[in-house]
Amino acid sequence: MDELFKILKSIKKDVDFTKEKNLVDEEILTSLEMLELISAIEEKFEIEIPAESIIPENFQSAETIFKLITDAKEGKI
Amino acid sequence: MIVTDYLDESAKKFPNKIAFVDEKRSITFAELRNESLKIAENLIQQNFFKKPIAIYIEKSVECVAAFMGVAYSGNFYTPLDVKMPKSRAEKIIETLQPSAIITNENLFEQANQFNVKTYIYENIQKNTLNEQIVKDVGRKIIDTDILYVMFTSGSTGTPKGVIISHKSLISYIEWGKEAFQFNDKTVFGNQTPFYFSMSVMDIYQTIRNGSALYMIPHMLFSFPIKLLEYINESKINTLYWVPSALCIVVNFKALGKIDISCVKNILFAGEVMPVKQMNIWRKNLPNARFANLFGPTEFTDICNYYIVDRNFSDDEPLPLGKSCKNTDTFILNERDELVTKENEIGELCIRGTCLAYGYYNDPERTAAAFVQNPLNKSYSEKIYRTGDLAHYNEHGELMFDGRKDFQIKHMGHRIELGEIETAALSLNDVNQCCCIYDTNKNHIVMFYSGDVDEKFLKENLKKLLPEYMLPNQKICLDELPLNANGKIDRIKLKEKLN
Repeated sequence: MDELFKILKSIKKDVDFTKEKNLVDEEILTSLEMLELISAIEEKFEIEIPAESIIPENFQSAETIFKLITDAKEGKI
Repeated sequence: MIVTDYLDESAKKFPNKIAFVDEKRSITFAELRNESLKIAENLIQQNFFKKPIAIYIEKSVECVAAFMGVAYSGNFYTPLDVKMPKSRAEKIIETLQPSAIITNENLFEQANQFNVKTYIYENIQKNTLNEQIVKDVGRKIIDTDILYVMFTSGSTGTPKGVIISHKSLISYIEWGKEAFQFNDKTVFGNQTPFYFSMSVMDIYQTIRNGSALYMIPHMLFSFPIKLLEYINESKINTLYWVPSALCIVVNFKALGKIDISCVKNILFAGEVMPVKQMNIWRKNLPNARFANLFGPTEFTDICNYYIVDRNFSDDEPLPLGKSCKNTDTFILNERDELVTKENEIGELCIRGTCLAYGYYNDPERTAAAFVQNPLNKSYSEKIYRTGDLAHYNEHGELMFDGRKDFQIKHMGHRIELGEIETAALSLNDVNQCCCIYDTNKNHIVMFYSGDVDEKFLKENLKKLLPEYMLPNQKICLDELPLNANGKIDRIKLKEKLN
């Protein structure tokens, strides 16, 4: 989780990612930042996130993103 | 003929047909005309005629009605990016000197900061319409009058306002209709922002032909599967996107997961289309037509086009194809002589009906780019020097060879690297700065020297530049290397990238 917070902070410094629950709905992350985030996660955690999992629900908060990473690591998606 | 004739015609032919759809609402042709006329009447009542009017509304149905309203009133509009930093918006306002700003309730406070008379869209719509007032003004508008001024990046840090007339826009739209057979069955899936020249194709073809335009929610470009679902559900059949947007769908391996066989036309412009990604699109949509479009904002949008008619290997570049109707693109060498031999590289120049009048309130930069045709010594004839390098290949096809200067195309936007450098150098403690475009990664790389924290640099550049102009990578050096002329040595910096 710390690694993920580091990535999120490097993309957007002035957001408290421990509290935000609507990153997509409130457009806190722009589409360019979303792409940056996905590439950074794939590289850092050595996973590939399938297109079917790149959906708003999975990117609303740090927790949902972390669950996505865990699922990808465990081969659940 | 002026562009409002397009809307009059479509509102008569297809009054109840859906014309534009955004995230909140849709509008029919008759409703669009009605809302536009109310905007026009409001401007006419203020005695504005042939005056610049800024539109400060996010991409929406109202935005289109505001554009058309300004056109009906005999004035000309400038679409402003509501998300751009205030300092850049102020530079545009300073150059444009608009007589009024049209905004909506949500953005009123932001728009009102510019010290220009600001009107609220929703309030104007509460008025009852007196169409006769608008009709009377309409008789005084001629096709050589300005329709809009669209701002693009400028190397000195001040954006340039490209002036486009009704006549140029109509010439462009008539060519597009003929080349791609757009009609009332065409459904555009609009990707490009309305402050960007490519969007005029989507908007005005829709109005011209009684087509439909769906403004694809921006966020969907982060979620490719959702994007394809949206295309499928909206039965979109025509995409005119920047290559970066088409590549996102391929790179996230979304193509083929959702049926989008409804798509019949895939046009792209704004930057070089990677053939590898295009080939994946073609494999997935074998019956669709693909076309590579090319041109500058200074020529309305497009001067050349190539409809993909053969197979290309992944590393083969796409031709720029042939000139559009009423357009002549040609290559001049360093001695301003016409290039006809194959493989000889020169500067691409254009003449034709779609040529802009120049840059608004900027005679110096206009004189530098819009020049007398050096091949014609007998009478006044303006051409536009694109600054793009090109040659003819062995098939006589026009091929793109990059830029003469430091202008780039990134994420579909034309960017002067100088504008980014000027922004960085305006910050305390940045001593030197040079931006290089890494064509392998499609990244803007900023080299700089000075006692500056990278985070400080990032935060402050965000306040000065729109998002698409922010460097993807920043490299701090003790000193930037200089060449024999004492200028920053871009070649040495480029080597550092490899």
